[in-house]
Amino acid sequence: MIAGPSGSGKSTLGHCLNGLIPFAYKGEIKGSLKIKDNETRDQDIFTLSKTIGTVLQDADGQFVGLTVGEDIAFSMENDLIPQPEMKERVHKVSRMVDMDRWLSSSPYELSGGQKQRTELAGVMIDDVDVLLFDEPLANLDPATGRQAIEIIHDIHEESRKTIIIIEHRLEDVLHRPVDRIIVLDEGRIIADMGPHELISSPILKKTGIREPLYVTALKYSGINVTPEIKPGHITTLSIDEKTKTAVTKWYESVDTDFQQKSNENILEMDGIFFSYDEGVEVLHDISIEIKQGEMLSLVGMNGAGKSTIAKLMCGFEKENKGRILYMGEDIAGKSIKERAEKIGYVMQNPNQMLSQPMIFDEVALGLKLRNIPEDETDRRVRKALDICGLLPFIKWPVSALSYGQKKRVTIASILALDPKLIILDEPTAGQDYKHYTEIMEFLRKINQSGVTVLMITHDMHLMLEYTPRSVVITDGRIICDKPASFVLTSNEVIEAANLKETSLFTLAQMVGIKDETSFVQRFIDFERQVEKK
Amino acid sequence: MRAGFFTAQKLDSPIHNLSGFTKLICFLILTGAVMYSYDLRVILCVMVFSFIILKISKIKFSQIKLMVIYVVVFLAVNAILTFLFSPGYGTEVYGTRHIWLKLFGRYDITAETVFFIVTKFMKYSSVIPLGMIFLLTTDPSELASSLNAVGVHYKIAFSFSLTLRYFPDIQRDYRDISQAQQARGLEMSRKAKMWDRFKRALAILLPLILSTLDRIETITNAMDLRGFGKHKKRTWYSRKKMTKGDYIALAVSIVILAATLSVAFFINRGRFYNPFI
Amino acid sequence: MKKLFKVTTKTIVATGLGAAIFTLLFMWVKIPSPIPETSFQTAYGLGAMFAALFGPIAGALIAFIGHALSDAIQYGSPWWSWVIASGVAGFVFGFAFLKCRAEEGIFTWKDVLTFNIIQIIGNVIAWIIVAPVLDIVIYAEPVNLVFTQGAVACLMNVISAGVFGSLLLWAYSLTRTKKGSLKKED
Ligand SMILES: Nc1ncnc2c1ncn2[C@@H]1O[C@H](COP(=O)(O)OP(=O)(O)OP(=O)(O)O)[C@@H](O)[C@H]1O
Ligand SMILES: Nc1ncnc2c1ncn2[C@@H]1O[C@H](COP(=O)(O)OP(=O)(O)OP(=O)(O)O)[C@@H](O)[C@H]1O
Ligand SMILES: [Mg+2]
Ligand SMILES: [Mg+2]
Repeated sequence: MIAGPSGSGKSTLGHCLNGLIPFAYKGEIKGSLKIKDNETRDQDIFTLSKTIGTVLQDADGQFVGLTVGEDIAFSMENDLIPQPEMKERVHKVSRMVDMDRWLSSSPYELSGGQKQRTELAGVMIDDVDVLLFDEPLANLDPATGRQAIEIIHDIHEESRKTIIIIEHRLEDVLHRPVDRIIVLDEGRIIADMGPHELISSPILKKTGIREPLYVTALKYSGINVTPEIKPGHITTLSIDEKTKTAVTKWYESVDTDFQQKSNENILEMDGIFFSYDEGVEVLHDISIEIKQGEMLSLVGMNGAGKSTIAKLMCGFEKENKGRILYMGEDIAGKSIKERAEKIGYVMQNPNQMLSQPMIFDEVALGLKLRNIPEDETDRRVRKALDICGLLPFIKWPVSALSYGQKKRVTIASILALDPKLIILDEPTAGQDYKHYTEIMEFLRKINQSGVTVLMITHDMHLMLEYTPRSVVITDGRIICDKPASFVLTSNEVIEAANLKETSLFTLAQMVGIKDETSFVQRFIDFERQVEKK
Repeated sequence: MRAGFFTAQKLDSPIHNLSGFTKLICFLILTGAVMYSYDLRVILCVMVFSFIILKISKIKFSQIKLMVIYVVVFLAVNAILTFLFSPGYGTEVYGTRHIWLKLFGRYDITAETVFFIVTKFMKYSSVIPLGMIFLLTTDPSELASSLNAVGVHYKIAFSFSLTLRYFPDIQRDYRDISQAQQARGLEMSRKAKMWDRFKRALAILLPLILSTLDRIETITNAMDLRGFGKHKKRTWYSRKKMTKGDYIALAVSIVILAATLSVAFFINRGRFYNPFI
Repeated sequence: MKKLFKVTTKTIVATGLGAAIFTLLFMWVKIPSPIPETSFQTAYGLGAMFAALFGPIAGALIAFIGHALSDAIQYGSPWWSWVIASGVAGFVFGFAFLKCRAEEGIFTWKDVLTFNIIQIIGNVIAWIIVAPVLDIVIYAEPVNLVFTQGAVACLMNVISAGVFGSLLLWAYSLTRTKKGSLKKED
């Protein structure tokens, strides 16, 4: 596994391995890089691609075929393999990633996970010796992400291929054992060791990679984490009596704080049904009450209907049936523009919102279009940028920013309209822990300043640590509306919604604490108190 | 969101079962034939023929309703324009001049011009069913390989297949972006001033294009990594075998083409059928 | 030194996606003009931009495929004479590729000028020569009709290619600014 903060050079290293550097990206290279004893720079990208197969992060970007079958066959087509052989090999490989039932479906009929399996099959087709994954987990729901890791593991078990995974999400990758973890920072390798050693070392903190939650819990309980207790994975973790008592003592010591929120509804969805023009109903009888000043999360598997709900709230789409109330009044008649002044929606993909070359203009756009006077505009823009920690960049072009910063620009441009309710669609997807915390901390700041925050997310940590309440949705139905600590410890919800129970849950069981939910809850409360200090 | 075209439902009709290659060739041959001929009799024959095929290929009218409306409007406008610009065009073409109705100035309604316009109307409307059959019965996966088979370079053929692959994605992006911009306060009303409409279009185009440029980068890498453009040729996973049906279809179309041409050469001595002399 | 007719994988991908956007805009993003029954096709702005970024081959194919496809979707069959004319226009636009430095983040008034001269030449050839002539040859349309239509189309497309093409390239060039050239203010 290769880990490291964003911009540390992980993908660049990957490009060197698979030959995109120097094939696609020029630049100067020193030193030697051998794959199976051959200098890569002496081979062209085509021969190289027969030894090392790459699975990119953006599933849609790599899915070039019109159907699954075609996409898997793509590299064989380029190799002039006759059709009968193609068909046969495609069948064989697609069975390995069990996509054989989908060979004739088009990408729009597939879930994120299925697209990724197709990619995987596409590179395994000319059985390469090395598989390289660049952030395979981003944008997948937790269960699908876990399956991805399991599939990768199984392939490794069967075929003994060398497998390289580039990821931010350490704990998720460690769901299956890895031999070594290489940590990059500012283009240098600063660690190259087994998971147990790495997790016990201070490196994670230094480079801002998130350590597994159960490790944090152990540290809170004053246990010093060493390679000996095998902390690399929750199941390998050895827990003796001493540990048990320590954790239990800590657990009992934590005093839970209840933060009270007003019980006035800012937004209420009541019996909403919806279908896109295709006619298939994607939302069935959705009813949500959002309290003023709340910070809640909307979670569920890929394609469950989360973004669709947000679009309905903003009036992007029109519900077939049901009512949406803002502050108790029906807003059916309100236009997108009118709603936007109350309800801000930050879309999943910042590139879909950024329409101005310069940051200032981008954030000012909404105000200009509402004919707010110059000085007023200027004031609000600066304020918004300040909250998002982007004030220094005010004169920059948007393009000079990293993905995470772009995301924050879009948030700023929504904040500038100062909405009472702000909806964020996967605010932390593909962010490393450092940016993740930056974003979440200022969202919390906004929330404390009175803005209601609704977050759509696949990140279990996020919903645990930042959103007291989470609404779980599956196949367009709400199946649960409870505290995150409950959701992530109740098996049936987890099963139904493709979530993943937190390792804290497992830890609680291991140390023999009966009420896992409250254990998780107290862990969160404790973190809050730590931060307060 | 599937685009509203090439939605080849896996229907089972003789036409659906033809290979994309055959359908492409037949489409080109037959359209070529009617494009060339200005003989109302020939055109009507082809028209009847294509409507029969339309029936055979189980296409419902609801599927093509919108197209038909567009086309009729388009052709009507074209007919009117033709008359306005050159009311005497029929005479230029057919040589004679039988006036039916005297209007002001040069605007007389002559038999020749009317006949010409009618012929043209028929000519174009007889092409439409052919196109619709081709669009609605051909599996998009087959198109690239078919183009390649008729001699288009495989890279170009593949770029066309990429167009079909990413059109729906881009359509969805476009929708999302315009919604996001409206939320920012962009006025979408019909009555906006022209320059505002330009600015509005730009506010949507820019994000769409910039994000597409990023995507181009990724897709290019993905294709390079999987050996695209390695050889001078390329095989295709989804190419249908030629069957008896295919050869029959090809034969039929060639016969029709031959017939059209011979009518033109030996009977009309030109593209036009002239009933006036 | 840029090669005009070099076809890389990138050219192909750009063509494919470019044509997709072209089709979309050609069908749905038109701006009604003062002249009745006509409208500005934003698609030609896009076509001109992509042609300038990826060369004549891409330019020609994007316009050709895009126009043919949208015709096919709306009318069931392309109006070949004009589809071909679009291709020709796109091809000529592509010669801007040699001079275009938008990718290095440079787009001066001089570049605007070059781009637009080429763009105008392209449109004139396509709509005042190619389209009408083909209309007469293929469809035996009345001469004065087709040339009038051609002239109007030419005007429209010069404007949309000029306005949108230039603005898009300019905006794009801004997004290519080098990080080194920037410093924070506080
Ligand atoms: N094509 C390029 N040209 C110039 N610089 C680049 C290019 N691609 C990346 N860089 C720079 O190289 C550094 C490493 O980028 P890289 O994408 O490898 O980071 P990363 O570790 O993959 O980050 P992330 O986790 O966000 O993907 C960054 O500073 C980036 O700005
Ligand atoms: N513009 C659209 N047109 C037609 N169908 C759509 C459109 N957008 C989404 N859908 C469909 O609606 C369903 C819900 O989509 P939605 O984007 O709300 O899921 P999601 O929960 O946001 O998924 P993810 O977690 O992957 O973002 C999916 O089946 C999707 O295919
Ligand atoms: Mg990366
Ligand atoms: Mg979503």
